[in-house]
Amino acid sequence: MTQPDPVTRPNTPAMTGLAGWVEARLPVISAFRAEYIDFRLPRNLNGLWNFGAILTVVLMLMLATGIFLAMNYTSTNAGAFLSVEAIDRQLAGGWLLRAMHMTGANLFLAALYVHLFRGLYYGSYKAPRELLWLSGLVLLLLVMATAFAGYMLPWGQMSYWGADVITKAVGAVPGIGPDLEHIMAGGDHLGDVFLHHFFVLHFLLAFAIVAVVGLHVTLVHVNGSNNPLGIEPRTPKDTVPFYPYYISKDLVGLILFAMVFAALMFFWPNVLIEADNYTPADPMHTPADIEPEWYFLPFYGLLQSVPSKFGGLLASAASLLILFALPWLDRSPVRSMRFRPLCRIGLFGLVAAFILLAAAGKHHAQGGWLIVARLAGIYYFSYFVVLLPLVSRREKTRPLPSSIFAAEGKR
Amino acid sequence: MPPHIYRPVAGLLIALGLSGAALANEPDKAPPHQAWSFEGPLGQYDQSSLQRGFIVFQHVCSTCHGMRNLTYADLAGIGLTQQQIAETAKTKPQPGAPDATGQPTMRPGLPDDHLNSPFPNDAAAAAMMGGIAPPDQSRLAMTHPGGPDWLYAFLTGYRMPPPADAPVVPGKFYNDWAAGHMIGMPPPLMNGMIQYPDGTPATVEQQARDITTFLVWASDPHRNERHSIGKAVMAYLIVLLALAIAWKRKIWKRLKTQ
Repeated sequence: MTQPDPVTRPNTPAMTGLAGWVEARLPVISAFRAEYIDFRLPRNLNGLWNFGAILTVVLMLMLATGIFLAMNYTSTNAGAFLSVEAIDRQLAGGWLLRAMHMTGANLFLAALYVHLFRGLYYGSYKAPRELLWLSGLVLLLLVMATAFAGYMLPWGQMSYWGADVITKAVGAVPGIGPDLEHIMAGGDHLGDVFLHHFFVLHFLLAFAIVAVVGLHVTLVHVNGSNNPLGIEPRTPKDTVPFYPYYISKDLVGLILFAMVFAALMFFWPNVLIEADNYTPADPMHTPADIEPEWYFLPFYGLLQSVPSKFGGLLASAASLLILFALPWLDRSPVRSMRFRPLCRIGLFGLVAAFILLAAAGKHHAQGGWLIVARLAGIYYFSYFVVLLPLVSRREKTRPLPSSIFAAEGKR
Repeated sequence: MPPHIYRPVAGLLIALGLSGAALANEPDKAPPHQAWSFEGPLGQYDQSSLQRGFIVFQHVCSTCHGMRNLTYADLAGIGLTQQQIAETAKTKPQPGAPDATGQPTMRPGLPDDHLNSPFPNDAAAAAMMGGIAPPDQSRLAMTHPGGPDWLYAFLTGYRMPPPADAPVVPGKFYNDWAAGHMIGMPPPLMNGMIQYPDGTPATVEQQARDITTFLVWASDPHRNERHSIGKAVMAYLIVLLALAIAWKRKIWKRLKTQ
């Protein structure tokens, strides 16, 4: 797999000058060459494999804009809303910084869901990539926590009442609940202490994400990428070097993503903006309609579909935690859903259940939506604990191609 | 794209919860839609309407409503010159530093000062205004369900005298677009109550249009800039995309000839 590409890579010239001096002491240049130029990837990766690069770039954008926003933010009950208004109105270019950070937060979660779906569909969680999958799930949890903490900071009505709902949900944990609630709220009332805690957490978690991304990327480079066929490359013919093949492909994906980003940010910001959060937090006035950001809606739907508050909390937590067990629940030796007709339908059902849970969450699981949410919730869990372990063993899978290169020739 | 393609997409977006929450607490009927220069993905504010709207705000709205998140300097966004801004600010005294004996003083306003609120705080406003504080207008056009169309319908929706079957409540006025049709705010606009320096006839409808435009600007002051930067960014990305696709094709063609 490490054989140089005969087309693009002639012999490496010996490094001289400063580069050679650095290389002799810390081989960063050869390491970069090995991991980002010569690094070989399956030649059949499709557009869904762009999202790793996209997420990395959005993460860097979030850090860059977030640092400047933090420099102008005040984490107090009285000052938070006004400082965000001042960023939006009076700080030169502040509106653009904030627009990038808000759009980035939404599209980060959106890209993360696509990335997660790709892992599910092509069986990227299977051996030898279990640690890669687990590190990715840790990232998902960290990103969700960071997004939640970040949404608190403008301290509008939705921030405040979102915090109210979540701290009270935590309070429903039997035994230690009230203490946990007190610690999370930072006192008897949501105010200065709560905001300060969540501001620090938002910042801290952002850098924790960078660290885990480092681990995640290392794991990709050690284990190699999965691919749409789910079979390992066997000969150099099955792979191409990262440069220039996937650099050029990632670039196209990134520009397309940037266009969606720019269109939402510049032309349709209201698609992502919750107008209610531009009313300052008011503990005396409960808004008519408290709902989380769209990316939390499936979990919110699940939370509300269970009659007991603690039960709902457990169901939401379990829906995420069960993903950690996935590499051991799915025993099929075939990775890609392309060759698993039954599980493929099952997985599309899972996506439908996820969207239905979100729709039910949007409607507060009221009326008919309660039944929808319960059915979707039951299906969600049965996919993992019934369908995958049982069906996957008996499923008649389609024959796998002999190699990636051979499969391409057939098309 | 033909419009029928949008519908399932819009439905999906709503199902995914991407639509604004505003729709949820709207009154029973939506206010009639008005044509606004600033609407749509490329809309731009009408600068002369903004400046007329500011006159209405100064003479009418600001006697009861605050707009505390804006500074006088922000008014550069509606086309006021630095001198006009300095003069406007100067007429609004602000609390200054205590004098040598510790007595509070007042000083003339500066461009960096926030717009004066008519009441020292919400409680004082509520006490003076019959129990309900007039809402701050910094983000009103954005946060009020119905947005600009509702503002216009509301400002032109007072009925004097009220319909025969409407209950008479002392201190309340009948408006088609107020919650429960009764509101403590008296009809703020009258034909010819102000004179526009540009000679535009100051009808109630014209004033309502202008103040609505101004309030939308206040809630989203960088819209003009955002839309024009957006167009440039999109044009740049389209060119970049074409180049990137050409490069990618050239690279990947090598594999086919192998």
